[in-house]
Amino acid sequence: MTDRSTNKQMTWGEGGLAAVMAAFAVFALLIAANAHTQAYAFHAYVFSASAVAAVFAIINRYYDRPAELPPQFIDGKPNYNMGPVKFATIASMFWGIAGFTVGLLIALQLAFPVLNFDLPWTSFGRLRPLHTSAVIFAFGGNVLLATSFYVVQRTSRARMAGDLAPWFVILGYNLFIVIAGTGYLLGVTQGKEYAEPEWYADLWLTVVWVVYLLVFLLTLAKRTEPHIYVANWFYLAFIVTIAVLHLVNNAAIPVSIYSPKSYIIWSGLQDAMVQWWYGHNAVGFFLTAGFLAIMYYFIPKRAERPVYSYRLSIIHFWALIFMYIWAGPHHLHFTALPDWAQTLGMTFSIMLWMPSWGGMINGLMTLSGAWDKLRTDPVLRMLVVSVAFYGMSTFEGPLMSIKAVNSLSHYTDWTIGHVHSGALGWVGYVSFGAIYCLVPWLWNKRELFSMRLVNWHFWLSTIGIVFYICAMWVAGIMQGLMWRAYTALGFLEYSFVETTEALHPMYIIRALGGALFVAGALVMAYNLYRTIYDGEPAKAAIEPNPALASGH
Amino acid sequence: MSDTHTTSGGKTSVWTKHQVFEKNSIFLLIGILVMISIGGLVEIVPLFYLKSTIEKVEGVRPLTPLELAGRNIYVREGCYNCHSQMIRPLRDEVERYGHYSLAAESMYDHPFQWGSKRTGPDIARVGGKYSDDWHRDHLRNPRSVVPASIMPGYPWLETTTLDTSHIDMDMRVLAIEGVPYTKEMIEAAASDVKTQGSAEDSMTAPFLKRYPKAISRELGGVQGRLTEADALIAYLQQLGTQVDFKLYDDKANIR
Repeated sequence: MTDRSTNKQMTWGEGGLAAVMAAFAVFALLIAANAHTQAYAFHAYVFSASAVAAVFAIINRYYDRPAELPPQFIDGKPNYNMGPVKFATIASMFWGIAGFTVGLLIALQLAFPVLNFDLPWTSFGRLRPLHTSAVIFAFGGNVLLATSFYVVQRTSRARMAGDLAPWFVILGYNLFIVIAGTGYLLGVTQGKEYAEPEWYADLWLTVVWVVYLLVFLLTLAKRTEPHIYVANWFYLAFIVTIAVLHLVNNAAIPVSIYSPKSYIIWSGLQDAMVQWWYGHNAVGFFLTAGFLAIMYYFIPKRAERPVYSYRLSIIHFWALIFMYIWAGPHHLHFTALPDWAQTLGMTFSIMLWMPSWGGMINGLMTLSGAWDKLRTDPVLRMLVVSVAFYGMSTFEGPLMSIKAVNSLSHYTDWTIGHVHSGALGWVGYVSFGAIYCLVPWLWNKRELFSMRLVNWHFWLSTIGIVFYICAMWVAGIMQGLMWRAYTALGFLEYSFVETTEALHPMYIIRALGGALFVAGALVMAYNLYRTIYDGEPAKAAIEPNPALASGH
Repeated sequence: MSDTHTTSGGKTSVWTKHQVFEKNSIFLLIGILVMISIGGLVEIVPLFYLKSTIEKVEGVRPLTPLELAGRNIYVREGCYNCHSQMIRPLRDEVERYGHYSLAAESMYDHPFQWGSKRTGPDIARVGGKYSDDWHRDHLRNPRSVVPASIMPGYPWLETTTLDTSHIDMDMRVLAIEGVPYTKEMIEAAASDVKTQGSAEDSMTAPFLKRYPKAISRELGGVQGRLTEADALIAYLQQLGTQVDFKLYDDKANIR
């Protein structure tokens, strides 16, 4: 199998992709030469350089590889393709720390505005999208890419479809992150929350995402297991729905192919509805469905127990994806959006509580008979606490979607606190838990370098989250009440800036919470680094018991 | 986890029927697409044809080229992260900010900038509330006029010359998307930028015919040179001023 065959040939995929990339490199240079703005020219150069690097990488890889492509099976066992998974795992840790740190900086900016430094690239308005995109799309996205590619191979008992395609997805996605992030700093944005990247970055992401969907579907098609495991239903719903949301919400006409600027085709009220249909389902499908897939694989795996209820997972799945889509208008209560749409959004948001808690119960009860492991295994504890946070924020969400509550909470820091109990507690912890599982499996180590450090990470970040969300509850409710406070004579009691001043102590506590969370992530990164470089190798090739997770 | 459903008595229960999705990825894909389409279609599509969705109002006009350039700066700097442009029909908001926002007031906004967070106050009706000089000072250093403000300073706006060399292309795209920019407006874009930002002259009258009630006055802090701050101020000064609420009939548009 490894002998150097004389008739080694480039595959159509290698030759074709290299040719396309070479053409793309030239095309991007042409754009750069005519670009309306320097920022756009810079992005064109980045695209061009990346395309050239891709051509070199493909050719190098061709010379280094054996004549035959990797076999699908070795000794009857699937020959899993874990290279792209490893890359995305490390990328997620890198982007995570970057995103958390920017979050800490902007939290400090709100407490001490001097930290905006009076410079365009460091002002809050540009850094806040950098923070949200870095944690959602860069950190969360890489976690989803890594785990979905891992889980779909394992539970299908098949090697990932495609030779270069998985690499294209991982590297292409991270290129999108670089373009989006540097764009925000340079002022390239289309001004839609959580969908800030401009038209050309959106187009690039579309190409990457279609390839992602194809790799995922074709891997499922290759499966040697009769059933598609429940985690993969959630991954598929995440991939497909994000594609639909992305295409509709970002529909835009560029000013010119030489301009980074475009105008969204929707306007005003319709744009608001499309935006929050997108925005809430970025939460529902990116940050929930995708990470529920992680829950459905990694918790049973780590607890060495089957998923609590198979039927509940079926109900959970269909009810969740059906209802989530309706919830968007709760971001637009009391706005110019017609009342019927607001009421529909509220109704479905409240109903959404049920499938959300169905999923939480399914995750938590998987621990039946293994609760003692929470004492001894901090990784499992992290995974379980993530589900508890999921339960908490999916209760708080429906509560805040009630119009009477929303009239107080909307526009305040309560929303920010709610988002972070979900983002830090649920998405963060389930990701950390999954990465703590993945790294020893991927690098073939017996176990993590240090469980004590996992414990430190757990407690540092838990205290951080509690500081964060408590500060934001107080800040949000206080400011909401101050805005509507009246004096005995019937005048508004506080000017706006007085309410801002009142938030100052809360903003400091929030930043402290954020700092603890960043510290926890740094401890994690160190632990993973030591695991990869100094970890004791696993005795046999690691083959986590497939019976538990493969949905036989 | 599988034993319960595969051995449930041989009858075709709903659980065994569900296997059609578990064993065929294309059926699963189609099932997902159907489930996620319904809510979006029901909530979004009617907004494009129900006549009551956007109020009938006099006075809403497209932004002038200078205001459009200012709006692009507003978007670029991410002002929407901290300022809403959507006053809710709640007693305190109407008293603090003015008449609640109408859908019609943002019907030419691509994209909308209603915002979702008020780290700073709502600015849907900030137009005309402060002088141009106040805005200039405030943008340069917010704490010079509001000591407890936590807004970042934007000193580079008043030192950066405004680039409107492509603004007619922007207007052309917006016209395709339904903003009522006429051919005349697009052709006059470059001169309208200058006209709006300078003292009254022979060009002012035709400009005001194109954009009724727009502000038109000496904006440039630096002689004969409009800056990004000027464009942004022109945009801010028109916010919420287009509809005359003395003439607007709230009851006629209750939806």
